[in-house]
Amino acid sequence: MNEPLTNKQISLETRDLSISYGDKRVVQQVSLKISNHQVTAVIGPSGCGKSTLLRTMNRMNDFIPNFSMEGEIIFQGRNIYGPYSDAGTIRQKIGMVFQRPNPFPKSIYKNIIWGPKINGYQGDLNDLAEDALKRAALWDEVKDRLNESALRLSGGQQQRLCIARAIAMNPEVILMDEPCSALDPSATARIEDLIKELRDNYTIVIVTHNMQQAARISDQTAFLYEGNLVEYGVTKKIFTQPDEKKTEDYITGRFG
Amino acid sequence: MNRKQRKLKEQLFIWTCRVATWMAVAILFTLLFHVVREGIEWLDLDFLDSFPSRKPEQAGIKSALWGSVWLIGLTAMISIPLSLGSALYLEEYAPQNRWTRIIEINLANLAGMPSILYGLLGLAVFVRYFGLESSLWSGSLTLSLLVLPVVVIASKGAIRSVPLSIREGAYALGARRWQVVLYQVLPSALPGIMTGIILALSRAMGETAPLIMVGALSYIAFLPESPSDPFTVLPVQIYNWAARPQDDFHGLAAGGIIVLLVLLLTLNAGAVFIRSKLQRYKS
Repeated sequence: MNEPLTNKQISLETRDLSISYGDKRVVQQVSLKISNHQVTAVIGPSGCGKSTLLRTMNRMNDFIPNFSMEGEIIFQGRNIYGPYSDAGTIRQKIGMVFQRPNPFPKSIYKNIIWGPKINGYQGDLNDLAEDALKRAALWDEVKDRLNESALRLSGGQQQRLCIARAIAMNPEVILMDEPCSALDPSATARIEDLIKELRDNYTIVIVTHNMQQAARISDQTAFLYEGNLVEYGVTKKIFTQPDEKKTEDYITGRFG
Repeated sequence: MNRKQRKLKEQLFIWTCRVATWMAVAILFTLLFHVVREGIEWLDLDFLDSFPSRKPEQAGIKSALWGSVWLIGLTAMISIPLSLGSALYLEEYAPQNRWTRIIEINLANLAGMPSILYGLLGLAVFVRYFGLESSLWSGSLTLSLLVLPVVVIASKGAIRSVPLSIREGAYALGARRWQVVLYQVLPSALPGIMTGIILALSRAMGETAPLIMVGALSYIAFLPESPSDPFTVLPVQIYNWAARPQDDFHGLAAGGIIVLLVLLLTLNAGAVFIRSKLQRYKS
């Protein structure tokens, strides 16, 4: 059930991963193999632990005081929570895009180059910014105003800027936590198109509460319910002939 | 309650607020008018460029004006790094335990302490114990203590109001803690911190009591050349003139008040200018 359904390489793998906040267990023994250069969607009703699971994948939960976990997350052959792993280095390779666009209150240009700069990027920053903005399909809209405040962009543009910012780090994996939930339908459509294109170069894990979105853009879908991984497989199969009754009930809108 | 009554209450409330606002403005303008009318005739370049004197027509405010500038400059240099450091430590690094809570409560208490107590402390510690005498050092260290809790509290508030999403965005790019604090949190909080600093320094500039305690003199016929020199400041000089029986000295005091006000307004205007520069990227 938790095997990858293609013969692609595995990029990220959780092994018997359980996550708790204090005494409250939020994710229960989840084992998930995420294939390289695929879009993997994590769906499930609110509070099922999907965001928690995602944020654990690049150690963004380290800041939460009563967070604890068991199990392993294997990335590039190593447990990212292991004694020799460094959260900062991991986040350079596993980027993240958040629910609400969160550009820095700086210029568009500085938003892109800040990450590479503080991590000692040696190449040409102008080229890097242009490349990242092109990959995020934002270049044409902002090329004449790179020094303007990023906060003057529309919500959809801000979110694409945040994607460009993540891309500029040249990560292997990009985690997206409901990246369209604060956007209108047309901005959402643009981000979805973008995600499909990004698959060629990056492994994408996207959490969404929007089942249609998962069906439209993902290759694999994992269905999480009350912290348990109910079903994981090729998106088409999950949405047409799921193995589990629970999955069927959820995707047909019987609950959630 | 019918509609008419509700409307009446609404009007009553609006007018109460309006009267309260105008009252404050009216009192301020009455004071200003009074001061300007009395002091304007004494104001000229000679007044700014002369030392105090027993003869009113020769007396000027030179030593007090430069004393104030020196004192505020030194106070800023001492208190800004200290309070920024404490605010950053308390907000970003300190563990949230009983000790930090005690420190925070005490900061709030210190911010409300009567300034003369700081004067007593300055007298005992800086003037006597460290043997700094009645110098600019003693004055500025005392004022720094006075300003410190106010700036720390204001800075803490500004740092805390930097949204979590900005920190998360920075961490998600692999930034280390010091990079997040130095390059994201601090610049975002800077306008708020600046406001706190300027308000506190303005207050320090008007302080009289603690400086009299540490021995600011009212008759100084030379300019300070180093922080170890004795000094006087505008409020002390004004106080001294206002306490004399002769009318002419009251005029001088009013002139001094105008100079002090102009200095304060310049400081505030500078702060507003810097703030607007810093906020360029805030939408």
